[in-house]
Amino acid sequence: MTRYTRIAQLLHWLIALAIFTNLAFGTWMVTLDFSPQKLRFYSYHKWLGASIFMLVLLRLAWRLGHRPPPLPVHMPAWERVAAHVSHTVLYALTLAVPISGWLFSSAKGFKTVYFAIVPIPDLIAKNPPLADVLKLWHLSLNYIMAALVVLHIAAALKHHFKDRDDVLARMLPYVRSNRGA
Amino acid sequence: MRSTLPFLLTILAAPAVAAPLAVDYAKSEITFVSKQMNVPVDGQVRKFTMQLDFDPKKPEAGMVKIDIDVASIDAGSDEANVELVKRVWLDGAKFPKVEFTSTAVKALPGGRFEVAGRMTIKGTTRTVSAPFTAKAQGTAQLFEGAFLLKRLEFKIGEGPWSDTETVADEVQIRFKVLANTAPK
Repeated sequence: MTRYTRIAQLLHWLIALAIFTNLAFGTWMVTLDFSPQKLRFYSYHKWLGASIFMLVLLRLAWRLGHRPPPLPVHMPAWERVAAHVSHTVLYALTLAVPISGWLFSSAKGFKTVYFAIVPIPDLIAKNPPLADVLKLWHLSLNYIMAALVVLHIAAALKHHFKDRDDVLARMLPYVRSNRGA
Repeated sequence: MRSTLPFLLTILAAPAVAAPLAVDYAKSEITFVSKQMNVPVDGQVRKFTMQLDFDPKKPEAGMVKIDIDVASIDAGSDEANVELVKRVWLDGAKFPKVEFTSTAVKALPGGRFEVAGRMTIKGTTRTVSAPFTAKAQGTAQLFEGAFLLKRLEFKIGEGPWSDTETVADEVQIRFKVLANTAPK
């Protein structure tokens, strides 16, 4: 079995953990009453989002130089197409979600200051009506991403437990191949 | 009657203040920058009135009185504006005005000036001072200056909001005032 490189595995799981955390955190923080904590949480959410964006760029750069292992030979053509399309859209969303949040924040009139130290430039000026539109985009892209992640996990489990191939194992450092290779 | 009364008062008050300047509100602004989590947030005062007199040759004779309508303060977002008039912030219901009355104006080295005076916010009066420049623009004068206001000195943001880790104590106030010399 050919696994993903250790770096590719690390980036995949780190980004996965960060996305789960920030999605749950973001969904929760918006329900809070206005308070100093809430303002802090919004900043933390933006810092984590900016971190995810940079990790995804790093991951894509790594992938350019380290092609993923080939898909199992048993997969029919439609599954291969579905896998490629959903992976491409997932990569695009992991970039689009933080970008939509960044633009939303700028349009609201709040610059993002990374870890309260590094100001991230605003790409757009303050514009409250546009902020309402971007808020909807940020939410919608998150819902689409969450749905795709569910599909992604379901597919990985199907490969591992039903097809009994190495698709899940090759993204893990220790799990043995289904065929004992 | 409502509109003629202020006019009559102006005429009656005129001899008391020599040659006051007429503020051009369309070209004047009071803005401020607050910081939360080190993020600078721009705000502005939408409604204020100003009585002003200043002659660069006699700065000591200068004076300014400013009245700010608390309800017109835009802190940068709808969410913040809803909070700002509440009791723990500016308590707009009880203290609808912010007032500044100068007590002294003096020249600083380098052609700059400084105004000191009493600032009253939320029932608390403190002495503040601000350096400024005065530039002639035809028959008008353009005044520009800035100073740091410490919000906690005026109890702006009480209880959990007095934590300066989230919202900084210092708020930078900037002013740009264009005033015409009133016809003599």
